[in-house]
Amino acid sequence: MSFFTVDGISLQFGGLKAVDDVSFSVSKGEIFTIIGPNGAGKTSIFNLISRLYNPTSGRLSFEDSDITEVPPHQIAKLGIARTFQNIELFENASMLANLLVGRHCHATTALWQDMLFMPSVRRAEKAHRRKVEEVIEFLDLQAYRDKIIAGLPYGVRKVIEVARALCSEPKLILLDEPSSGLNVEETDDMSFWIRDIRSELGITVLMVEHDMSLVNRVSDRVLALNYGKVLASGTPSEVQAHPDVIAAYLGA
Amino acid sequence: MRFIFKTDYDQDIRILKHSGYWWSYGILLAVMVATPYVLGSYMQSQLVFVFIYAIVGVALMILTGFTGQASLGHAAFLAIGAYTAGFMQSLGVPFIVYFPLAAVLTGVVGALVGFPALRLHGIYLVIATIAFAFIVEEVLARWESVTHGNEGMRVRTLDLFDIPIPRDSDAFYFLCLLVLVGVSVLALNLLRSPTGRAFIAIRDSETAGKSMGIDLAAYKVKSFAISAAITGMAGVLFAHKMTFISPEMFTLLLSIEFIMVIIIGGAFGVHGAIFGAIFIVMVDPFLTALKDDVPVLVSSIASSLGMAKETATDLRDDLSRIGSAAGLKGAIYGLIIMMFILFEPYGLYGRWLKVKLFFQLFPLYKRATFKRQKTYVKSERNR
Repeated sequence: MSFFTVDGISLQFGGLKAVDDVSFSVSKGEIFTIIGPNGAGKTSIFNLISRLYNPTSGRLSFEDSDITEVPPHQIAKLGIARTFQNIELFENASMLANLLVGRHCHATTALWQDMLFMPSVRRAEKAHRRKVEEVIEFLDLQAYRDKIIAGLPYGVRKVIEVARALCSEPKLILLDEPSSGLNVEETDDMSFWIRDIRSELGITVLMVEHDMSLVNRVSDRVLALNYGKVLASGTPSEVQAHPDVIAAYLGA
Repeated sequence: MRFIFKTDYDQDIRILKHSGYWWSYGILLAVMVATPYVLGSYMQSQLVFVFIYAIVGVALMILTGFTGQASLGHAAFLAIGAYTAGFMQSLGVPFIVYFPLAAVLTGVVGALVGFPALRLHGIYLVIATIAFAFIVEEVLARWESVTHGNEGMRVRTLDLFDIPIPRDSDAFYFLCLLVLVGVSVLALNLLRSPTGRAFIAIRDSETAGKSMGIDLAAYKVKSFAISAAITGMAGVLFAHKMTFISPEMFTLLLSIEFIMVIIIGGAFGVHGAIFGAIFIVMVDPFLTALKDDVPVLVSSIASSLGMAKETATDLRDDLSRIGSAAGLKGAIYGLIIMMFILFEPYGLYGRWLKVKLFFQLFPLYKRATFKRQKTYVKSERNR
């Protein structure tokens, strides 16, 4: 059994098949990219994996256990973290608070302990903070620690979202269009970080991406989708040379 | 301007961030303790109402300001606390038992009200809480064996360990102050813990919160329960302060006053709840004074400017008729809420922070510092 497997998954909204019998598997330590034109069902697959949507049929399995029925708030605890295409940060909180929410799946203290701020809560808080500081250093976010998200530039928010996902110490990270809205320089930084996430932190990366140069630079394997169906999968160059993929993008 | 050099994670965890705050809050506490020996009994009584409103304000701040769940049903929670106190006391239960019991009971009811919040958002949740408030009002009016119905219920003098604490005594003032300080500390503890951050996460993005491992259902119910329990405590104090409670005291208008407390004070901190409570409690005597004085003042100015005596008297009578018109208070409240939402959405506490920053940065304060930015990237799709 492999690290993460999607097996014949489908998602239907009324008469529309957003995801149609998609299967793939990701092995540990891989950078796996899903590409496809707009509306191909890439983000829908992410929402299925993070259990925001219920699949019409098919199974998801992670580390030998079936996660098709797991409630969404337990996915993070299993070791799957994600970012969002349109940035879903907690706008009116500081970056530090945002990253600490990323630690929530490791919170162990009970409500009454929190209310009285028992010594155990203080110890746990410091341990969380230490972990958060490691991530801040990893992604070079020191300058924004106490800044409120609402006032920060788009590029920084994008990195903060990756940071928040990393704070939960995932084994698999889902990046939904990490480079969208970033300029060339920021996209370069992002590509280095994605490789570092894999090589230094040992986290498997599953991402959706449109920027083909970024895809070519970082991915080990690529899966192309169109209208919810798998067109091709393989190495970046194989997929880009595939006639169906060219047809889907250029409309030949 | 003070620059704080951080060397320890504890510095970010502490409630009072630096030694200056120890001084200012210490002085504030000393002033509050000295107040009953200085101020007259009227002002002292008003301050007790400020404390009670501030306790409810803190409760509502946790629910609305931090969890983002609006409620117009807090008068009902207050009523449940008040009636629990009245009923338990008539059975001979001591204060030290029925005070926490009222909090627990109201908390349980709050958790039950929280369940619809799992599916309702925004205005629909507000409607659900209004419905709940009406149900409670109706139950209080009908359940005569416990509540004495519309006749109302007399609440006897508070008895703490066989020491009577009458409603206008210094001891009662200190009791309310103690509860307010205690509740504020609990709220501050909550907000610096994982639970408080989960509340903020629910307010700002439910989708992201869910993906970060926050059980939305559990935390919404927790937030409702905590908020209701704190309001229940305020209800006990309210019952003893009023010495008489009846269903028509806990109407929608009272719930609106509570919402005003946090809108006017600023819904993002305990300070806001207290500022708002001061404003709400003090605006009432102010309006009364205006109602009495303005017509006389206007007519005397008018007659001194040469207006005929009869016309001036008519003017005075017209003005006082307007002043005592039914519903004027509600209209003025509505106007105040609208003004605050339009011009100072962060409330009095937000204004205070801006003034403070102005002096800290003087002369370098920039007018655009707090200008709100419009953002267009927020997605509503995964709601």
